[in-house]
Amino acid sequence: MQNKSIEIWVGIFIILGLAALTMLAVQVSNAGGATGDTFRINAHFDNIGGLTEKAPVMIGGVRVGRVGEIAIDKDSYRAVVGMDIDARYDNLPADTSASILTAGLLGAQFVGLQPGADDFYLEAGDRLEITQSAVQLESLISQFMFSQRQPEDSEEQ
Amino acid sequence: MKLIASLGAWAVAFVARLGQSFLFLLRALLGAARALPRFSLVVEQLYAIGVLTLLIIVVSGLFVGMVLGLQGYYQLVNFSAESSLGLVVALFLVRELGPVLAALLFAGRAGSALTAEIGLMKATDQLSAMEMMAVDPMARVIGPRFIAGLIAMPLLAALLSAVGVLGGYLIGHGQFGVDSGVYWSSMQNGVDLVDDVLNGVIKSLVFGFVITWVALFEGYAAPPTSEGVSRATTRTVVASSLAVLGGDYILTALMFGGL
Repeated sequence: MQNKSIEIWVGIFIILGLAALTMLAVQVSNAGGATGDTFRINAHFDNIGGLTEKAPVMIGGVRVGRVGEIAIDKDSYRAVVGMDIDARYDNLPADTSASILTAGLLGAQFVGLQPGADDFYLEAGDRLEITQSAVQLESLISQFMFSQRQPEDSEEQ
Repeated sequence: MKLIASLGAWAVAFVARLGQSFLFLLRALLGAARALPRFSLVVEQLYAIGVLTLLIIVVSGLFVGMVLGLQGYYQLVNFSAESSLGLVVALFLVRELGPVLAALLFAGRAGSALTAEIGLMKATDQLSAMEMMAVDPMARVIGPRFIAGLIAMPLLAALLSAVGVLGGYLIGHGQFGVDSGVYWSSMQNGVDLVDDVLNGVIKSLVFGFVITWVALFEGYAAPPTSEGVSRATTRTVVASSLAVLGGDYILTALMFGGL
């Protein structure tokens, strides 16, 4: 009887431990949204700001893929962002444009895609021609300060 | 001259002990392989090592998660980034606090008990008596405990992380009203199954290995006196805690350095 209750307790312990592992895998990590087949498209940007790998790629606020790779083009010195788009979104027009947006004022940055109207669809390895760089808060602030300063200076003169 | 001699003696003793512990590890692993077919022995040890450690792990996990929720919220709300609370709590727990805290508790709760048990068995000649009866203590006593330590430690660490995440949710959602969908989705977006969860499990497996090894060796090599056993127990807790913290730094640098 004593032995039996020990076995029951050990069984409960192992079930609890495995349940915790499963919870970590399914509920806590991103395994729930299983990453199935994807295809890679590239976009060249002048400035990607704080974009990181694994950042979401969105159309109209819906996640359609992830940023898979960030590199520098060796010839033009522009940033190349490789995006892994879910295979089920294989009907993006070829003249789709990409811009780097920020979630909230200081939130994480992501790539927003605006579908165009072309009859041809994007395929793996294609390059997006129309891109818009990240908006940099520093340059915005300096522009704002500069435009504020102008009138004061003219009054002093 | 005397100083140099004592330094040399210390170094020789240190190396000898290191060698003994590795020889012991080899014999313990062989014993573990032979103990595997008799799984009822392992189950008995799982009860002593795992089930009895369950309560302290769950309670500490809950409170650590709640504290992380509190502190995380107080800091994040300054940047109106409280939506990242789930991510902060989960990453802290899964990557670091889960394995390390569980290992420290495991060393204090189970490691010390292992050392005291083995040391006392040796002091009261139970191990010698087994050898007289042609029962290999490595297969009968050490092996099952080794396997049980290896199985119990990752499960305990995962439990601590999971309960901690729930504790953080309790505070974040219950007290501060962070939206529950945001809490979980920020977590799922930022925590990677392989990079974070699996690496945490590997960490806890390594910690379980080290702690069980240290605890069993200290017990086995303890002088067969009451003082010797008490010293060995202390050494187990100190040495395995240091090994866990130092090893954690190395493992973290190896696992997450490439990011």
